[in-house]
Amino acid sequence: MSFKLKALLKSPWVFHLSTGSCNNCDIEVLDCLTPRFDVERFGMLLAPSIKHADVLLITGSCNRKSAERLKRLYEQAPKPILVVAIGECSLSRGMFMQSYNCPIPLDKIIPVDVYIPGCPPKPEAIIAGVVKLIEKIKSKTKKK
Amino acid sequence: MIYIFYFLFFGFLLTTVLGLLASWIDRKVTARVQYRVGPPLLQPLIDIIKLLGKETLVPTQASRTTFLIAPVIGFGSVVVVSTLLWMNNISLGQGFIGDIIVAIYLLTIPSISIIMGGFASANPLASIGASREMKLVLSYELPFILAILVPVIKSGYSIKISEILGYQSQNGVIAGSLSGTLALIVAIFCMQAKLALVPFDIPEAETEIGGGALIEYSGSGLAMYRLTKNMLLFVIPFFLIILFMGGIKAEGIHLLNGILKYVGIVALITVIRNTNPRLRVDQAVRFFWGPMTILAIIAVVLAFRGL
Repeated sequence: MSFKLKALLKSPWVFHLSTGSCNNCDIEVLDCLTPRFDVERFGMLLAPSIKHADVLLITGSCNRKSAERLKRLYEQAPKPILVVAIGECSLSRGMFMQSYNCPIPLDKIIPVDVYIPGCPPKPEAIIAGVVKLIEKIKSKTKKK
Repeated sequence: MIYIFYFLFFGFLLTTVLGLLASWIDRKVTARVQYRVGPPLLQPLIDIIKLLGKETLVPTQASRTTFLIAPVIGFGSVVVVSTLLWMNNISLGQGFIGDIIVAIYLLTIPSISIIMGGFASANPLASIGASREMKLVLSYELPFILAILVPVIKSGYSIKISEILGYQSQNGVIAGSLSGTLALIVAIFCMQAKLALVPFDIPEAETEIGGGALIEYSGSGLAMYRLTKNMLLFVIPFFLIILFMGGIKAEGIHLLNGILKYVGIVALITVIRNTNPRLRVDQAVRFFWGPMTILAIIAVVLAFRGL
């Protein structure tokens, strides 16, 4: 694995974006930063701006308005960037599947690296998902 | 030739290592205060390496040259000032007259570089951050310089760092006298503002203006700013140790003493940062121009009286 990627996996700074969720997943994401779960021991920090971030956390179903903003935000992010979809809404639009306002699911708009299901997922599930993401990238680069 | 060695080894390498270590101590103590585990030892270094490997983006509206050169100016001035301090600390004869003034100037330049970078990046939040940084610089410089006048007066009106150090090795540390203690208290608050740590992290309030002046920086520019901040976390306490506490001597038991002084100051900074909420910029200006300036003036008057 390249040196660059190794450093990236040891200090992933996350930027947290809500594309119209009910705030339940957002609260669970913030729970990960509390003393009980303490993701800073893995080097994760909450980045204040997308320009500082390595991981884009997305919660909520993408509606017509936020899809454009999401695309613009993804283009602004410095590459390499990893995308994590959190919660049922961002995975498959959840209960908004038939809604007039949510025409396309998230992974048709931007590439998604890992999906964390749950409504909302527990903080343990979010940490497990990020561990899976790291494992996936490690195995992918080993094959090459 | 010896100056190049000082510049590369002490100014750049040793200060970087100690700065990264200080930043780790800061994060670890913060985590322990909050009943967390905290990051591993190499975390600050890994952050810098990661940022160097990322893409550097320049906003289209930004003035490109200033945007890219601002972090380099701040970084360069920190390396130069740490070289100056190490040279004086290692052997006394190597300074020049007025080097304390040069050190004060060079310690201001990192703030100036943040202001330059913020205004150059054409982002409204960055402009707000830069203007707040400007107000903060205006507020803390006056009490900081007044506090530094105390060691100058005490050591018989010398503006040479090595003479202040020599005075302290003969007559005891300046922080031991009444005026020295008052000046040190003022200088520690000014240091907190110079490092932009929590009661005075007004220019880069993350929850308020999203990183402030650094919001548009990514990749190596951000890495440069982070490294500058980490090095300042070593250089400014080191400056105060030289002026008020007799410097760090690298022989036998004195080395342990020096390390204790430094770790004590860093722990004090961290405790202040973890037990206080952020001030507004007008409160900060009132704090520095009111109580802190009065305290510094009292210290200067006492130093004139020889206390």
